[in-house]
Amino acid sequence: MQRIGVFVCHCGSNIAATVDVSKVAEMALKEPGVVHAEDYQYMCSEAGQAKIQEAIHEKKLTGIVVCSCSPRMHETTFRTAAKRAGLNPYMVEIANIREHCSWIHKDQEEATKKAVILMRAAVAKVNLNTPLFPGESRVTKRALVIGGGIAGIQTALDIADAGYEVDIVEKTPSIGGRMSQLDKTFPTLDCSACILTPKMVEAAAHEKITIYTYSEVEKVTGFVGDFTVDIRKKARSVDMDKCTGCGVCQEKCPSRKTPSEFNRGLNNRTAIYTPFAQAIPNVPVIDRESCIKFRTGKCGVCAKVCQAGAIDYDQKDEIITRKYGAIVVATGFDMIKLDDYDEYAYSQSKDVITSLELERIMNAAGPTKGHLERLSDGKAPKEIVFIQCVGSRCADGRGKSYCSKICCMYTAKHAMLIRDKYPDVNVTVFYIDVRTPGKNFDEFYRRAVEEYGVNYIKGQVGKVFPQPDGKLLVQGVDLLDQKQILKEADMVVLAAAIEPDSDVRKIATMLTASIDTNHFLTEAHAKLRPVESPTAGIFLSGVCQGPKDIPETVSQAGAAAVKAIGLLAKEKLMTNPCTAQSDELLCNGCSQCAQVCPYGAISYEDREINDHGIREVRRIAVVNNALCQGCGACTVTCPSGAMDLQGFSNRQILAEVDAICR
Amino acid sequence: MQERLISRAKELLADGTVSRVLGWKAGDLPYDPQPAYFEKEEDLREFVYDGFCGANLSKYMIAASRIEGRTLVFLKPCDTYSFVQLLKEHRIDRDKAYLIGVGCRGKLDIEKIKAQGIKGIVGIRGAEHGSESEDLTVATLYGEKTCRYTDCMLERCHVCKGKEHRIYDELIGESKETCDRGRFAEVAAIEAMQPEERFAFFQKELSKCIRCNACRNVCPACSCRTCVFDSTKFDSAQKANADPFEEKMFHIIRAFHVAGRCTDCGECSRVCSQGIPLHLFNRKFIKDINELYGEYQAGADLEEKGPLTSYTLEDAEPGIVAERG
Repeated sequence: MQRIGVFVCHCGSNIAATVDVSKVAEMALKEPGVVHAEDYQYMCSEAGQAKIQEAIHEKKLTGIVVCSCSPRMHETTFRTAAKRAGLNPYMVEIANIREHCSWIHKDQEEATKKAVILMRAAVAKVNLNTPLFPGESRVTKRALVIGGGIAGIQTALDIADAGYEVDIVEKTPSIGGRMSQLDKTFPTLDCSACILTPKMVEAAAHEKITIYTYSEVEKVTGFVGDFTVDIRKKARSVDMDKCTGCGVCQEKCPSRKTPSEFNRGLNNRTAIYTPFAQAIPNVPVIDRESCIKFRTGKCGVCAKVCQAGAIDYDQKDEIITRKYGAIVVATGFDMIKLDDYDEYAYSQSKDVITSLELERIMNAAGPTKGHLERLSDGKAPKEIVFIQCVGSRCADGRGKSYCSKICCMYTAKHAMLIRDKYPDVNVTVFYIDVRTPGKNFDEFYRRAVEEYGVNYIKGQVGKVFPQPDGKLLVQGVDLLDQKQILKEADMVVLAAAIEPDSDVRKIATMLTASIDTNHFLTEAHAKLRPVESPTAGIFLSGVCQGPKDIPETVSQAGAAAVKAIGLLAKEKLMTNPCTAQSDELLCNGCSQCAQVCPYGAISYEDREINDHGIREVRRIAVVNNALCQGCGACTVTCPSGAMDLQGFSNRQILAEVDAICR
Repeated sequence: MQERLISRAKELLADGTVSRVLGWKAGDLPYDPQPAYFEKEEDLREFVYDGFCGANLSKYMIAASRIEGRTLVFLKPCDTYSFVQLLKEHRIDRDKAYLIGVGCRGKLDIEKIKAQGIKGIVGIRGAEHGSESEDLTVATLYGEKTCRYTDCMLERCHVCKGKEHRIYDELIGESKETCDRGRFAEVAAIEAMQPEERFAFFQKELSKCIRCNACRNVCPACSCRTCVFDSTKFDSAQKANADPFEEKMFHIIRAFHVAGRCTDCGECSRVCSQGIPLHLFNRKFIKDINELYGEYQAGADLEEKGPLTSYTLEDAEPGIVAERG
């Protein structure tokens, strides 16, 4: 029989205001095995921990239950305290009576009842707990960064500067990401390429950084400190060692009808291409779907003109398998598709464009060489309307519920740049709210309004009507003046919402990292662990975690790097002892557990079994404890109940359920 | 047909290909042949193959795989699904089995004959495999009665999976397609019920359960060395019931345990002495799996991955709360 101590925390008034904590302690004494119960204002404080340790010694406790906050907050605190008092840390259970009870209930009587039940379930579990002992695992001193935008580049640079090897995997032919598509950056209006390119060059030249462009992560196995990753290096059809980047192949390529991804489809590119002039590496790829040679077998112009003999039509995808200690996700974002926003006539008129398309138009290397012109007829616009929050802060389910955060600032930037370069152009911005928190941000926006005379109208646009004469009739509302507005415009710019890159779900699944309903990666703690995924060894950098601008992305990238460095600097990691184990007498050898195991931790062996005197060789499941992460998928798949999770055994869980239902 | 099977079995026993034969032998009554091993040529006198040989012999191969020598086993088309599924689960040893796929024209359910008011049965003609007759002639204490073969078929034969054997070493006899109903019609009808009505339906059916374990013992998917209901390791071991509907837990847990592996062989309903339509649980799972993850037939293919033990990014993620409120 266990000797259990129950410690009920007030958490100041967080718990005590809603739950009668002394009642919970009093009720605990009636539970089987409980020999000690007390409540205290802050169990996590030094004094609170001392009380626990004292009770362990005095009452010779074999297990404890702490009724407090989420185990995510203080399980480690209490386990460590128990360990210092000589108790096995896995003899500690947390009954979460804060997040699961006091914070979500108002009625004290009901909440107290529930807190008692939660306590009872934890006591029932501790009664079946056994001491567990963690093992050790090694740390591979190398980091993987998925995504080569500014977030990935910055994280890689910071990790590499600390002396660790870093690999960047980027799916497009060049690193640079969204930032490379931008013209100017707020709030200082410096040229995006001018500040990004040096970072790209630094990353490429860094002796500790290896860049895999046109490559994708294909498979991830292993666990914190010891991941094994397959990287698919897609066939570039160009030998990276031979290519000099002279660009003749692109000049001569006869296939010129593929929409340029980099220019958001506003102009075309060749089949052999580098996305932009400053691309790193400056080695083109052949887009095999557009290439005439690959489609018809005839052509081969690029191979003929290449002085270096770098064109290799037979190149195959290559799989690189590497071990990493830490993985940083920096997969970035894209703009949402505007199919559901027909009212803005995006698909009907070439002169209705997204803000990112405007970036390309304003850029000297863009499709119009930086001239502000209508894409329909090349004429200079005189009246431009910006529409904010297209798909952001959306309540009707068509777009995103969140604020995309960057649009207010970049629209102010666009408006200001246009007014500065083309003072004869009128600029109107329709907005819901202008949100400018950030250093020098509000000043920036005020400049757009006060110095540059940008016309801001609080209100939304209902519809954009393309007119027969090519103009766009914008129908909106001015909420401050309470009147309808009909405005003729030459160009309409939509601040479309941003969303995580479409590959993030695939990557999150491979990493077993959680994502939220908007497909942003979830952080381990929204406030206190914002750059770590709840999955150990996975870190988050940039917009994959939530909308953010460049300065924020860069700071987060650095933070993610520090977390990764903290992990890589360790020699050994303690492994989680809560792993699965197979009961050889019950195992059918049916392989279902191995099929569902996401970590490949289960294998089979033919073993001689002594089943109550019957000796025979049976096919038995064997768990590799170093690989097992304790997810429990095998235990629910196993029909015979042979597979069980240490620390979360079927018996323990059923005992908890029974205690709740009692 | 029966004679052909016997003579082939004799040959295989004589030339040493197999050490024993797993088939059916005549029971005490004209309509209850039993699964049986035949070790010697003369034993095969008792061998029977007729319309009442519904018993699926696949599961017996688990035990037969653990004994010395090869076993000749006769499998009907639908039985081979169970055999394949057990092979996939490494429960039987392919090398220990010599598989003869036998022809089938639908198997009979004695309860269906009795339900037509035919009592005091002493003999049945027309149930032989080769019989051309579409009718059964039943000799009873009260004289001869006739009934249509198809009217007396097991439920599972009305939703027959087809006359193709999924695995075999050789084939003997022709099979007939007997499917004349929608496989999921019964399930759909239950799905359409109001929750209270549905609960009442299952309460009525499952309260008949006497917990004889026949369904579990016959089920090829219920092949655990030690069933959770027999194991002392869990608190789920058998105990006296507090009320007759408590057996629902047994049946629901059993349905979960065989989900994704049940081939819908229908043995559970065939052997239920209380006539509970147990196949409905399993078929509901199969219908859900088909709808959520695409058409899947357990045991149809040795290589195919089971939808519940494989994961793809396209997998549906249904939520009971979201869908059913």
